[in-house]
Amino acid sequence: MKIKEKIPDLIGSNVHRVDVQEKATGAAVFTDDVQFGRNLLFARIKRSPHPHAIIKSIDTSKAEKFPGVKAVATGVDFPKRIGLYLKDKYIFARERVRFVGEPVAGVAAISEEVAESALDLIKVEYEILPAIFHPDDAIKPDAILIHPDLGKYEVANFIFPKSGTNISNHFKVRKGNPDLVWDACTAVVSRKYYIPHIQHVPIETHVAVAKVDQTGKVTLWSSSQSPFAQRDLIAKSLGMSPSNIRVIANYVGGGFGCKAGVTMETLPIALALKVRGRPVKLRLTREEEFYTNFVRQALVIELKMGCDKDGNILALENTMYWDGGASTEYGVNIARAGGYSCTGPYDIPHVKADSYCVYTNNTIGGPYRGFGMSELHTGIEQCVDELAEEIGMDKVAFRMLNAVQKGDILATGMKMHPTGIKECIEKAAHAVDWGKPSEPCPPNKRRGKGIAIMWKAPAMPPNPGSSATIKLNEDGTILLGVGGQELGQGAFTVAVQIAAAALGVPFESVRVVGPVDTDYSPYEWQTVASRLTWSMGNAVMAAAIDTRKQIFEIVSEAWGEDTKDLEIIDGIVISKTSEREIPLKDFAVYGIPNKDFEGWIGGPIYGRGKFMPNYVTGLDKDSGQGERAVVHYTTGAQAFEIEVDLDSGKIEIIQAVSAFDVGRAINPDLVRAQMEGGIVQGISSTIFEQMIFKDGQMQNPSFVDYRIATTMDLPKRIESIIVEVPQDDGPYGARGIGEHPMVPTIAAIANAIYDAVGIRMEGPPFTSEKIFTHLKMKGTQGFQTNKR
Amino acid sequence: MELIKIHVTVNGSEEILDVSPNLSLLNMLRENLALTGTKSGCEAGECGACTVLLEREPVNSCMVLAVECNGLSVETIEGLSEKEAMKKLQNAFMDLSAIQCGFCTPGMLISAFALLKRNPNPNDEEIRMALLGNLCRCTGYERIINAVKKAAKK
Repeated sequence: MKIKEKIPDLIGSNVHRVDVQEKATGAAVFTDDVQFGRNLLFARIKRSPHPHAIIKSIDTSKAEKFPGVKAVATGVDFPKRIGLYLKDKYIFARERVRFVGEPVAGVAAISEEVAESALDLIKVEYEILPAIFHPDDAIKPDAILIHPDLGKYEVANFIFPKSGTNISNHFKVRKGNPDLVWDACTAVVSRKYYIPHIQHVPIETHVAVAKVDQTGKVTLWSSSQSPFAQRDLIAKSLGMSPSNIRVIANYVGGGFGCKAGVTMETLPIALALKVRGRPVKLRLTREEEFYTNFVRQALVIELKMGCDKDGNILALENTMYWDGGASTEYGVNIARAGGYSCTGPYDIPHVKADSYCVYTNNTIGGPYRGFGMSELHTGIEQCVDELAEEIGMDKVAFRMLNAVQKGDILATGMKMHPTGIKECIEKAAHAVDWGKPSEPCPPNKRRGKGIAIMWKAPAMPPNPGSSATIKLNEDGTILLGVGGQELGQGAFTVAVQIAAAALGVPFESVRVVGPVDTDYSPYEWQTVASRLTWSMGNAVMAAAIDTRKQIFEIVSEAWGEDTKDLEIIDGIVISKTSEREIPLKDFAVYGIPNKDFEGWIGGPIYGRGKFMPNYVTGLDKDSGQGERAVVHYTTGAQAFEIEVDLDSGKIEIIQAVSAFDVGRAINPDLVRAQMEGGIVQGISSTIFEQMIFKDGQMQNPSFVDYRIATTMDLPKRIESIIVEVPQDDGPYGARGIGEHPMVPTIAAIANAIYDAVGIRMEGPPFTSEKIFTHLKMKGTQGFQTNKR
Repeated sequence: MELIKIHVTVNGSEEILDVSPNLSLLNMLRENLALTGTKSGCEAGECGACTVLLEREPVNSCMVLAVECNGLSVETIEGLSEKEAMKKLQNAFMDLSAIQCGFCTPGMLISAFALLKRNPNPNDEEIRMALLGNLCRCTGYERIINAVKKAAKK
């Protein structure tokens, strides 16, 4: 869709979200709220207590006879693997378990209590195997293989597993030759960072209800970012047609990636297949939510970066080991995204990058808001700071000099599109009075400022589709059908704005049809990758154009006028030549009568539209080179001012500023809401969050022990700045912003801590204890500087 | 388990229910009365999503047994939505986009409602303290705090 010459007033307008009234009154229906009546059964799952073991036997006979139990399922009945990019996961473990919490058996019973009691009666005999908990151990030549059959697994053609190893994807980038230029560098920084596992922590845990009718048709109600992908993947795993699976996805109570793809949804289906006609509900406890589904992969990143005396970055070597956990069906593509975006938002002539997705016996890694970019930039952006310091250049000026610009040839060979990154850097820096000293603070405290910049492309297959429908009602109001999901990001509101603006009708006259239902809603690949405003927005726009065409054909025939002379303003079709007008409500369904009612023109109006990028190319297996690796990059910057308490190590955030180039803000208030929520989630991941494992068992699976940001942890000042350099193929120039606001946060705060007290740490979380310890070490041993 | 008969006033109307002694107030509301506006987020009293008013005081309904509510009054988001003070809060939340996924919203609104009842003009610190037990993963809280301030001013 080309950008329209004139941008309608509704685009860029801060209209109210379309979903807030329901949500504020408790009327909004989430999956757990759907009523199923007395026929409902409740599922509980028997899980592996071991990180790695052979299953020698499973005896379910006692559980099956337990009063109130209606079905028991194990992996015996489900031999096919499942997975998005690499089919390496079973519904229930078969032959071996690979992480603590892996489903081994399931029970459906008349209550959760009965199901839970029956789990104790299932006897599983294990033979313990050595386990691996760190990528460094997984890649050793003599490491035990977690997936000995890796070479036989079905895999997407852009993922490269190494059979006979624990490496499930190796993505390479080779551009120029860094080895030729290290000697020409004035400063070189080599660093290794470790970014630990964190969890998404949606306030709504995963819920899924499955029902199989007497004909074998499956209906799944699930708290899902991906109803269509779930339908497709589950169908393949069960050997069914997607047309016999229906997924209904109500409002999602927070996703952040963990409700993408397929995780626990197959479990109630497996049980429902054994009790036809009865719905089976599985709702994860908070503890299960923490470590039995997706978590954010840990990352080991080794970086070597060099620049000349003027500050030009000349070379980068970047080796990433992503701790994919026991299954990497989704994680393999995070390694790929880390690979093609390995430079961060910089123009670097010589690049060598190796991004490995590695199996371990930790819990399964999956997509998490930012899809690897927060972890990657945590490394890149600290090294960039160190390089600038070494050559004595201002850190903002250094970034302005090296930031990627339109026309730059990226590490993959793709040509960069127009981007507002420099404007983001300048505005974020200006907002924290960069270059000016902080206000004085008490003697036991130190203030510092830090900046970090970022880029992120939607990470997805080359051809993820979107579609939309527009149906006119008798009174001229409109039902907008989309398959994208409302997770809280505001996707439905933005879709309505685009539809109303492109059609020429009032915002209030358009309603999104919900819940998303794969039987009735138009197709959408997944609600991930910050892709909806752009991709689904394009489909909505196409549907609006199709609808206008149908409307104009009816009216032009009735009036004997050229369709080119017609326009729709505020729900009224007008002719620019004859100045005749007719409201949509006068003909939307029933048509327009001929003179003297001698016949009718028109009929129900139903518009449709689709969008699928058709220009993304493959990348060479050995060099990562290709014409166009991704659809586009959203760029931005964050700047922080912080205060460190020398007595306790506690950080206080004085100022937190975001600036992102969103192409065009369809709803600026919602864009700012994403920036605010994202930066606070980023701060939470920087200061508090880490999943602590002992022998593969998470030690802190509760809100008491795994702390997330509360009302008491807010920055004193938050500012969110919108930059708009239009996206050539975005609706009205828009591109996504959902994930980006937490991508640079860890690095920006790390840089501010260094500015304040001169310490750098191996990785987050930068807890008071960790900072205090580092301050002590610095005091006694002297801080190690970053000289070559 | 033997069921126990209880009398509870829920949103102003008296309910007579036969409940098992281990049933939580949260599940009584959601399962026995289908009042699904009250959300379940952790069932451990840690997230605040299930906040309701018990005898006009905010409680985590997951930490209260249904039998303990015998003879008492409970108010949920469904009932409170009829009250002017709650409508003011809801409107402020809507005006300021203080709602994203909406899962924490009912509990957040009820904690804020209880705050404004006991302290009609809270300062920032008092609002933060009152909402400390309500976790939100989407908004970053700032808009929520501003919305409570806005509702208080009206």
